[in-house]
Order: sequence, then structure tokens, then C-alpha cells
Amino acid sequence: MNTAPVKTGWRFRQPSVIPGFGLTLGFSLAYLTLIILIPLSGLVWRSAALGWADFWAIAADRRTLNALKISFGTAFLAAVVNVVFGTAVAWVLVRYRFPGRRIADAMVDLPFALPTAVAGIALTTLYAPNGWIGQLLMPLGIKVAYTPLGIVVALVFIGLPFVVRTVQPIMEEIDKEVEEAAATLGANRFQIITRVLFPGLAPAIITGFSLAFARGVGEYGSVIFIAGNLPFKSEIAPLLIVIRLEEYNYEAATAIAAIMLALSFLMLLVVNLVQTWSRKRYG
Amino acid sequence: MEVRVVNVRKEFERFPALHDVSLDIRSGELIALLGPSGSGKTTLLRLIAGLERPTKGAIFFGDEDASQKSIQERNVGFVFQHYALFRHMTVADNIGFGLKVRHGARPSGQEIRRRALELLDLVQLSGLEKRYPAQLSGGQRQRVALARAMAIEPKVLLLDEPFGALDAQVRRELRRWLREIHDRTGHTTVFVTHDQEEALELADRVVVMSQGRIEQVGTADDIYDTPNSPFVYSFIGESSSLPVKVENGEVWIADRPIGLSAPHAPSGEAVLYFRPHDVDLLDGCSGCIAGTVAASRRVAGTRRVELEVGGERQRVEIELPVDHPAAQKSRVAFRPRRWKLFPAA
Repeated sequence: MNTAPVKTGWRFRQPSVIPGFGLTLGFSLAYLTLIILIPLSGLVWRSAALGWADFWAIAADRRTLNALKISFGTAFLAAVVNVVFGTAVAWVLVRYRFPGRRIADAMVDLPFALPTAVAGIALTTLYAPNGWIGQLLMPLGIKVAYTPLGIVVALVFIGLPFVVRTVQPIMEEIDKEVEEAAATLGANRFQIITRVLFPGLAPAIITGFSLAFARGVGEYGSVIFIAGNLPFKSEIAPLLIVIRLEEYNYEAATAIAAIMLALSFLMLLVVNLVQTWSRKRYG
Repeated sequence: MEVRVVNVRKEFERFPALHDVSLDIRSGELIALLGPSGSGKTTLLRLIAGLERPTKGAIFFGDEDASQKSIQERNVGFVFQHYALFRHMTVADNIGFGLKVRHGARPSGQEIRRRALELLDLVQLSGLEKRYPAQLSGGQRQRVALARAMAIEPKVLLLDEPFGALDAQVRRELRRWLREIHDRTGHTTVFVTHDQEEALELADRVVVMSQGRIEQVGTADDIYDTPNSPFVYSFIGESSSLPVKVENGEVWIADRPIGLSAPHAPSGEAVLYFRPHDVDLLDGCSGCIAGTVAASRRVAGTRRVELEVGGERQRVEIELPVDHPAAQKSRVAFRPRRWKLFPAA
């Protein structure tokens, strides 16, 4: 008996009967290369020209480290805040019918559309020590504008729609019967939310978090108005890059950019892995 | 646990879904709520579960007024048409959920697991405890849903179209299986269905509902043999109807008596109901229903003949044995063997 040898190992999976795999893959790759890969590899190329010793000197510079710490730290905090309140906003928009719901729903997208500089100036005006909100917080000893706290406020503003818009559609799909089933089994409202609803929303919440976080790390326009931009205290990494550029210190600028790139990529990769893991479990 | 529904009325935003419904469900009984869509059967089931609150009336579990209790306190097992399993939990965790969230005397983790495996065995799914719902077939999911509902040792088991989403083969299989489980565990069980075969075959008693009212409650025999309303007659099984006139205790069609006497029926217009297969074929016709054959179809083991009767050419269906000579004729005369008169609408 002569049987055909079974092909083993990695193969392209036949995705569907509809042809066009070659065309669409080719287009996607060409497009991604042109728009993302070439600019980014240019960046790595320029910073690689620096040599390890100089690269490390810039990377280990206290001002660089502080800027990175502030950028990633505030972006992380803002993303956490957005996960909590963004999920709450999505919940209200999905679950309740109230007058003005559509307007509130549309308002969520405003941070997408508004020029970020406008947002930054508006927030600064509000939170400055003599602004509407700032003067209320001042007696409590809380200073928002011109501190890292101000950066967080700006990033919360910028990142909100990312969480709401990723969580909202998944929340809309939640089957009312699943909640009813939990209730007949004796679960109270709190148990239904924590044990039944949130685990189902977790993948969407993680996506929202990573989007808001990534956006926060790269945000520039709104932050520079509210941050005060004091080196070592409230200077974000993107601003430091611009400062280096203005000093014609292109090597330093690209080096900081390359570090940011590597860190962001690493974090998004981790988030993605967590996501794949949870998708596999919850199908 | 005995369940009593007393004068329950339910309105959804002024639209009445149930009008003054009363029903006694005996302890340990398997009872079916049967009716077309919009008849209020699911609403009644949800009211018993506490998923809806009655606009008026009360529901008693034993001697306790359950209508004052929340869903959580009622301790009912509810099985949904689309399973409503928790998809982020394994099969074992799904079944154990009700015990895990219990307040007060919560069993230990080991005990919960033991119970879950025991129930999984009861629903014949041993070995699947580590699967997620997405990895099961529809029939398996519904079994898990039933095991989950039984885990809390419910006072009543309520099933909302439990087999509605499954294909015919699996349906029949699960039907038999549900009967077995019920006989073994003895839970008072109420299930909703729009499939009369399912209701008649499975239930001890059937509650036929229409337009928010209970039309008739009885065993499969009662419902099929002595329907008490035109709706039940036409909804359960096949039926034919003819407008007739009653005069001096005799039934007339147009100007001819048809040989049926109804001594207690009031004189005047009425509608005659009978089963198409429950007729005597006659040769000569003095006192019978006679009609011209309008159509004749072979349906499985019988031949279904459509007749035009009387001057107004009322259409009526009867069933004949396949090889009966009458099927070849152009005129057929018959008299219903079992029949019932209802006042004309």
C-alpha cells in the first residue's frame, strides 16, 4: 500500500473558500511596512548609529529616567482610573434609559475629536490654583495643574473613550437570562456583578485598558499645557524628545524614542498574551 | 412542594399578559404549560419563579406566600431555553455556583465539588466537569443547566421551553430523559412548551393557555378526548368544524338534519367540532353530512379528504383509511363519531 505522505509542520490555514488570501495579505504587509515598519525601523537605525556606550549614557541619564517614569506612571494611573470610571459610564449608558442618554453617549467621543491642545488648555484653566476647580482644591492642599496629578487628569480625559467604546458593545451583548439564572440560584446583586458579569467583561476591559494606556504614553498636546514641564518632576518623555530635537541633539531624541518604543511594545505584548489566555478560556 | 397560583393578573405597561389566572400544582407533579406564542405561558412561569411580580394576586409555595419573597429567597430551579450558562466557568463551577453563593450554611469547597460531580453523573455527563460551556453541544449544555438548577435543591423546578433550541432527534431523547430524572428525583416540575406532542407525552397534567387565560387543565386524555373550548379543540390535535343549527335537540346543516341529537343544547346557531379521523362513513344518506370531494391527499398512513359541504360550500376535512373505496368517489357521506357543539362566536 502506498499512501501519500502526510504533510506535517506549520502550514497556512485555508481560511475560507473565498479566494483573495494572497492579495489581502500582500496588501496588509505592504501597507503596514509603509506606514509603521519603515518609520519605526528608521528610528531604531538612527539610535543604533549611536553605539552602546552613548546610548546607555542617554538612557541612564537621570532626566531621561524621570521623564520615562512620569510618562509610564501617569499613563498607567490614568488607564486604571479610566477602567473604573469608563466601565461605570458604559454600564450607565447600556443599562439605563434616561433623558439625555444619547447626548451623554455622544459626549464620550468628544476627547477623540477635540484638538488635544484645546483639552489641555481647558483643563489647565479649570485646575489652575485660581481656576474654578483648582481654587476649591487649593485649601485642601491638593495642587493639580503643573504637577504629575495634572498629567493624570489630562490623560484620563484623553483615554476615557477608549475604555467606554471597547466595553460598551460587549456589555450590550450580555444576556439578561444569565443574570436571571444567577439570581434564581441565589446570588445577590453584588455576587452577580463580581462573579458573573465582570469575568465576562474582563477581555474587553483589558483591551480598553491597553488602548487607554498606550494612548496616554504617547500623549503630548494636552499634557504639556497642564504639566508645568518641570524637569525631574513633571516632564514627560515625549516633551523631552521635542526638547532634544530643538537642541539639534537628534541622537538623544531617537534614543529616548527607541526606549519608549521598546517599553510600549513589551507592555502591549504582555497585555495581548493575557488577552489570548482569557479568550481561550472563555471562548 | 405544592404551588398555588391564586387570581394572578399581570400587566406590562398597561398591556395585560395574564387575566386572573388560578392554578393548583400538586407536589411532585410534572406539569406542562402549553399554548401558542403570546398566550402568557412564559409569563406565568416567570411569575412563579419571581422573575416578574404579579400586578394582582398571589403565589403560594405550600402555605407560604411566595409573592412577597425575592427571587433569591424563593429557592426555585429555573432552566432557560438558551441555557444561560456562565461561559467563563467550567461545567463543575457552573453546577456548583448556586452552592458557592449561598448565604449562611455554605457547604465546603470539597462538598460543593462532590455534589457537582454527583449531579453531573445524574445528567449522564460524567467526565466533562473540566469543559467550558462553549465546548459542549446544545443538548449537553441543557443537561448542565438542569444539573445547575437542581444543585440548590429547589422547591420547584421551572423549565422555559427547555428543548426549544434543540433539533428534533435530541429533543425526543431529552424528553424521555427528563421524565426519567423527574421520576427519580420527584421534584415538582413546571415546564413551558408550544409543542403539544411534548406536553401530552411528558406531562402528568397539561395546562392549555390562550391569550392570557387558562383554557383547560387536565391529563393528556382529558385534553384530547374532551376539549372544553373551541380553542382547545383546534389547538390540540387535528380538528374540523362546521357551522350548524340546533332545533328541538337535533343538529341541522342548512335544511337537513344530520342524525346527531343534542337534547341539552340550546336552539340556534352553533359550531360543530370533531376529529377528522373520528368519523363513520355512510353509504346511503338519511341523516348524515355529505359533501363533494374537493381535494384528497395522502398523509403517512391515512388519506386526508377535503369536502365541500352544503350550499355555502363549507370546507371540512376527514381522514380515511388509504384503501377505502370512498376515496375514489366524488361524493362522500359521513357522521362524526365523537363530537361537540359550541355556541357560534
